[in-house]
Parts: sequence; structure tokens; C-alpha cells
Amino acid sequence: MNFDLSEEQQLLADSLKRYLTNEYSIDARAKIVDSPSGWSETVWAAFAEMGLLGVPFAEEHGGFGGTAVDVMLVMEALGEGLVVEPYWVNVGLGGRLIARAGSEAQQKRILPALIQGKHRLAFAHTERSARYDLAHVGTRAKRAGGGFTLNGEKRAVLHGGSADTLIVSGRTAGKDTDAAGIGLFLVDRGAKGVTLKEYRTIDELRAADVWLADVTVPADALLGEEGRALPLIEDAADYATALLCAEAVGAIRYANEATLEYLKTRRQFGVPIGSFQALQHRMVDMVISYEQARSMACLACVKVDSAPPAERTHAVSAAKIKVADACRHVSQEAVQLHGGMGMTEELKISHTFRRLTMIAQLFGDAEHHLERFAASDRGGA
Amino acid sequence: MDLNYSPDELTFRDEVRGWLKSNLPADLRAKMEGYQELSKDDLLRWHRTLAKKGWVAPDWPKEWGGTDWNLVQRYIWEEECGFAATPPLIPFGLRMCAPVLLQFGTDAQKKKYLPRIFQGEDFWCQGYSEPGSGSDLASLKTRAVRQDDHYVVTGQKIWTTMAQHADWIFCLVRTDGTGKRQDGISFLLIDMKSPGISVRPIVLMDGSKEVNEVFFDEVKVPAENLVHEEGKGWTVAKYLLGYERMGTGRIGASKRELAKLKELAGEQLKDGRPLMEDARFRDRLTRVEVELMALEITNLRFLDQMRRSGRPPGADVSMLKIKGTEIQQAITELMMQAAGPLAQAFRPVDAMDFDHFTARLAPRYCNLRKATIYAGSNEIQRNIIAKATLGL
Repeated sequence: MNFDLSEEQQLLADSLKRYLTNEYSIDARAKIVDSPSGWSETVWAAFAEMGLLGVPFAEEHGGFGGTAVDVMLVMEALGEGLVVEPYWVNVGLGGRLIARAGSEAQQKRILPALIQGKHRLAFAHTERSARYDLAHVGTRAKRAGGGFTLNGEKRAVLHGGSADTLIVSGRTAGKDTDAAGIGLFLVDRGAKGVTLKEYRTIDELRAADVWLADVTVPADALLGEEGRALPLIEDAADYATALLCAEAVGAIRYANEATLEYLKTRRQFGVPIGSFQALQHRMVDMVISYEQARSMACLACVKVDSAPPAERTHAVSAAKIKVADACRHVSQEAVQLHGGMGMTEELKISHTFRRLTMIAQLFGDAEHHLERFAASDRGGA
Repeated sequence: MDLNYSPDELTFRDEVRGWLKSNLPADLRAKMEGYQELSKDDLLRWHRTLAKKGWVAPDWPKEWGGTDWNLVQRYIWEEECGFAATPPLIPFGLRMCAPVLLQFGTDAQKKKYLPRIFQGEDFWCQGYSEPGSGSDLASLKTRAVRQDDHYVVTGQKIWTTMAQHADWIFCLVRTDGTGKRQDGISFLLIDMKSPGISVRPIVLMDGSKEVNEVFFDEVKVPAENLVHEEGKGWTVAKYLLGYERMGTGRIGASKRELAKLKELAGEQLKDGRPLMEDARFRDRLTRVEVELMALEITNLRFLDQMRRSGRPPGADVSMLKIKGTEIQQAITELMMQAAGPLAQAFRPVDAMDFDHFTARLAPRYCNLRKATIYAGSNEIQRNIIAKATLGL
């Protein structure tokens, strides 16, 4: 048992934090959010330069061959800085799918470019009434002329608009909610028949609804095996969820630091409001939530790399339950303790509130994971 | 980062687990698992078994009988004991009086008391709280007046756990009523057989008799029983606080009880299905389980920080006390609820057939309300964190 961080891990996290402190103020971030694309190519190039985009990928593609714990440190820093660039979607989700399921040719085509910041991915999976059921895929993929034809609708595709390639889930067989029969397809965002409607999310990211109307892709667009994508999707979702927990930990840390600072500086009745016991105890409970959430994020990140699927699922769901609860607890308390100022667009705390609120239910809220935890318990995990 | 135990740590765990398995008497284990009251004899029997093995005081210096285990090994030991359902080691001698003597005692005091604490020859209790001094301990009023070579102690202590069994009591007493009130407190060791001491049990709502009032009526205490200097008792008390909060996480025991709870909820039916499959009940149970998983890792992370910094436990330990006791209480509540109407039973009137296990669940729930009150109430723990960690 040890919680040691290697020198490389510490250096990477420190250099990212330094960069964000210098270049990613809340004002700079606001300009990025309001820009036409909603993300910054300059920041993205800097991430590529620092090597962040290659942390978990194999060295042969230009990556570092790092663990989820390595990425965890990056995600914590990004959470603290409230970064809107599509790191999580590319490295945690799209990149994970390619690295796990891609053929040699697919990996060679995509991963080096992704790591260099020249190619971006998005995962077009969620559908209108699927909620958190990963097997719910109504989009159809029919074999046609040596390739596939895709038809369907995808919702809330995070960073779909900035992606060069969409990883689309489509069903080649079975009913909408069958576990078997799902495939993954690499689709150019600009391909004929692909329509995107982009929008801003409440937490100031970009997402898109995607329509696929008779979109034809070649046979080599198939990622992994036909009809057997669900375990891959589950793996990537667990991996990404573990990283999301780490992002939440970073954002919670920021919320706590800002709130503590506010308690010490805001004066009412002639004294700092932090001298009031009613507020002190609430602040302490926020700190306890943070420590407990951090412990679970560590557990999830360690398990997504090393554990068999049942154990992985068990740990990730446990982590998401705790983290989702902590997201709600800390974000709500942080706004309350900031008083009216916590409500304003001006303070980073309100932006952090929105991000934590959405993280709490991305890839499943606490209730969803309570259900999944119990199911994995019965499975003898 | 590696959350798994190292091969060495696993070997150690297996060793202590194996030893506990073959050396924990079955009757004691059954009493612990069934939440039955333990007698003084039960407690001493286990104490002496560990003393013989040399494992009764792992955190003491080796020269006094400590094991030289590192922090992780001590943690593993604690948790394995909890998981195996060993009787508790009463902390007042081993983990409270002894660390104080080791830090502040004279050589003569160490030689006189430590070996007897180790062997379980003296049973200790703690004289801190008074009727008017609970969380505000520094307001205590029990007076000790110096007369020649002894002190004369008059006053009252309350909530004194196990005083009915005790041979000795360590007390905070007031030796000076002027000046800053913390500066007038001293730390005295008092023989419970001294003339003028009387003990009255306080019956708790579960019927248990574990706490007492202790009255001191002009009790003569030899001056050599003063620990540290006169007026320095508050320093001693603060030193002890960290120790008292250590080991309040009780993670191993909570794990065992959670497993028992699942078993119970698997037997009880709701609408013909096991209660465990009822989403509302199960979700509450799962949230407790997740908090416990998190607490285990948080505990290990704090140990890791201590190992790195080489510093004794700080305010962080308060967090473990808060979470650990909240979890313990939540488990007792779910246990009682799982038993449903059976939880009403308390004690048999005559020698009838009686389900002793379910009848212990409501008393246990009642009794464990103490956990968030004792050893510095959880509100006091929050004050400590606010002040020491957060600088509020």
C-alpha cells in the first residue's frame, strides 16, 4: 500500500497547474466559452505540447503508456481550473475506445494525430430515451456494398462539433435494448448524411445532437467486432467515469478553497463570517466530503486499469455514488456559503457549481450507480 | 500509487489473521458477534492472552513491550481484530495512561505502572468529565489541595466508563483556582481503593451499566502520583486527545457488521422477497457501505501522510472519528430496522425460548448513540478541524 506519486507524475501535474494559473484565468475562460467554437486551439496546442494528450497511450503512437492514475492527476488539475477543452472526451472516451478496440491501421491513423492535437474525437452514443442504459442503441447499421449504412439520432454528443471523427454506435442486429448486436463506427463529422446541431451546455461546454441519414461508411470504419461492442463501451464508460470522478475532485477542491477563503474575508456583524460555528461545521463537512470523494476517485482509477470487469464495475459505481453525492453537497453548500455572490456569473464558484451538477449525472447519477452496485454485488464481484 | 497491500503487508495480515483464528476463544467471539455484554473477566481474559503473545500494546516502545510494528501493520492489526470480533482492549490503561506516562512520567512512575498495565494487573479508568464540565473540559472543578507530601482531592467525576471494575483512575483535577483556568489543572493518578472514593453506576437506556459517577470526599493521594508538573495537566490532556481519536474509525468491525446486516436483510422478507432486494432499503445500506469503503482508503491515506511527515496524528484524525462513528450508528439503525417488529424484544421474563440476536439490535442502536458524543463529541471534532486544519 502506498500513495506515492512518481517524479514524472508530479512534474506533469505541476506544469499543467502552472500553465492554468498563468493562462486560464476565469476571464480568459469566459472569452473561450463565448468564442464561436467554444474551445481554444491555443490551449489545445499547449496541452499537446505538454504531452497531456498522450498520457495513457502507447509509446509507439507517441504516448507515455501511462496509467489511469497518471490521467487522474491531469483530470484533477483540469477540474480545479474548470477547463472547457475536450480533454476528457478525447483521452478518456474516444482515445480509450480506439486504443482498446482499434485495428493497427486505425490506431496508426488516429492516435498519433490525436496525441499531437491534430485530430479530435467525440463519442456519439446516447439516444433520446436511453438515459444511462449503455445497451440502448436504436441507431441502425446495415451491411451495404462492402461497408455499412447508418441511420439514427444521437443526443448530447459532447464536443461533437469540434470532432474530426465521430465514434458512432449502431445496431447491426437485435432490438433497441439488446446487449448483443451493437457495433462502433468511425464516421467523419463532415460525411454525407451527417447533420449536427450544436449547442452550449449549462456547464459551458459544447455538445451536439447528431442525425445520421443513410450515412455510408467503408468496412474498415468498423471499430472492433461487429455486434460485440457493448463490453468495449462499458469499459470506456467505466474508464471515463473514473476520470470524471477525478475531475470532480479537482473542482470540489477549488470550491472548498474558494469557500474557505470567503469565510475568512467576508465580514458581517463586525467579524469574519467564518467565526460563526454554524458555518464552520458546514465547511468541515464539505472538507470531509472532499476527502471521501478523493479516496473513491483513487480507488476507481486504480481499478479501471487492473481489475477484471465485475470488480471494475463495482469500484467505479461505488466511486460515482460517493462523488455524485459529494458534487451535490459541496456545490450547493459552496453557493450557499458565498451568499448572493455565489449566484453570480462573475464568480468562478457559480461556474464550478454548474460543472459539478452535470458531473453528478454524467454516465449515471447516484441512483443509477446504486442500482448497478447492487447488481454487481449479486454477481459476486 | 498502489492501494493493494504489499506482499510483506499481506504476509503480516495473514499471520495475525491466522493467529486470531486459533486464539480467539469461541465464547468471546460469540458474545461480541451477538452484541452481548462482556464481563470484567471476559475483557481481562483477552487482554492477558494478548499480553502473553506480546501483542497487547503494539504502539508502545519496544523496551516496554511494544511490537515495533509500523503504522500500516498496526492499522492492519486493529482492523483484523475488529473483523475477527475480538473483545475490545480497554484503552484507559494501554492507550491513554501509558502514552502519558511514556511522554511525561518519571522513571519511577513508568516502572511502577507500565508493566502492570501491560499484564492487565491493573484496570484503569479515566476521570475527565464532570457534571458541569463536558465539552468545556477546562471548566472542571474537582479540587486537589496540596498538604505536605500528598494532595487532598474533593469533587465528582461523571461518565466514568468501567469505574466499577477499576483499580486506578487518572484524573484531571484543579490545583489552582486563580489565573487562566487551563493553567490550574493537574494530572493525578488515584488508587480506587483510597478511602473517600465511592462509585455509583449510571444505567443507560439500553440497560447497560458501563458508565458511573465517581465521588471524591477528601481523598488522600500521594504527591508522587502527580504526572508532569503541577498546573501542566492541560498539556497532558491535549497530548492525549490525538490518541483518543485514533482507532475510532473501527473499520474492520464495521465491515463485519455490514456483512451480518446483509445476512439479516437476506433472511427477512418484504412482500415475499428478501429485504436486501428492496431498493429503498438496499440503497440506504449501499450508501453506508460506500462511505465505509471511502473511509478505509481515507484512513490509509492519512497513515501514509503520517508516515511521510513523521508527525503524530493531527486534526485529520477528527475526520475519521466523525465518519467512523456516523457509519457505526447507521449500521446499528439499519440492523434494527431490518429486524422489523422483532426488534421490540428486549429481555426474556423467564427461561423461555428467545431470539437473543434480534433482541440485541434495538439496545445496540440505543447504546451506540454514545459514539458521536464520547471522546469529544462530533461537534467538538468539527470545532477542532475548523480551528486546526482550516484556520477558522
